Amino acid sequence: MDRTQLLLSLSIALFALGLLGVVVRRNALVMLMCMELMVNGVVLSLVTFASRLGGNSGVALVFLVFVVAAAEIAIAIPIVLLLARQRRTLDVGAYTVLGG
Amino acid sequence: MMEALLLYLFVAGALAGALTMLVARHPMRVALALIATMLSLACLYAELGVHVIAVFQVLIYVGAVMVFMVFVIMLLDTRDASFVQRYSALLLPGVLVAVLLAGALGVLLAQHYVTPPHAAVTADFRLQSFSAAFLRDYWLHFELTSVLLLVAVIAAVAVIKGRGERDG
Repeated sequence: MDRTQLLLSLSIALFALGLLGVVVRRNALVMLMCMELMVNGVVLSLVTFASRLGGNSGVALVFLVFVVAAAEIAIAIPIVLLLARQRRTLDVGAYTVLGG
Repeated sequence: MMEALLLYLFVAGALAGALTMLVARHPMRVALALIATMLSLACLYAELGVHVIAVFQVLIYVGAVMVFMVFVIMLLDTRDASFVQRYSALLLPGVLVAVLLAGALGVLLAQHYVTPPHAAVTADFRLQSFSAAFLRDYWLHFELTSVLLLVAVIAAVAVIKGRGERDG
């Protein structure tokens, strides 16, 4: 197994573990962090392909993805904060009002 | 030899951090495990030769995003129902889906992966040429990210303030 294949396998594993965390954990903040883990797994595959391809375009794309991820977390955390203030808990099982 | 050893060490570190995230009870421990995973990934990027991405990973993810997350964890009371019972009722289907997804992607990778023809496929990454190309070819995207960040800040303030005005 060469280096690229090893890193792509790690990327798959991180994405699957992040998805598992989002599905099975009950704490809203932990779910958010597991989503960050999924993003990191995808970014790892992007960096692997970018460094294998060479050139500058892949690295520029990774930089832009970082900025978008930072903006995403800047929106997601206030929403979680608001939910936690309103329902007095971080347990997503308590947010039944979203179920309709 | 040394390089391969470090590669396996950081891959193992990233995997261990991700597994710890799934089993740790306190959100602060989950955050620390995620930081360990991100630092291992930064080391892997540095080993791939793209040092600028390794620095961005540490600065943006560990330095900004995770510090923000740790502040929020300290702000909120985390000892609630999700602290006593970590997992939802979807534990078994979740594990099944994750294993199936990882298996399917792994099989695809094993079947369709083409080994590069020779070792010298990775061109040397040069920060100087990257910086010049970034501000020459991608300046519009760079400016658009600043607009995106401004929109994110306004949206975050609106989410917090909007509720206060309705309540008051």
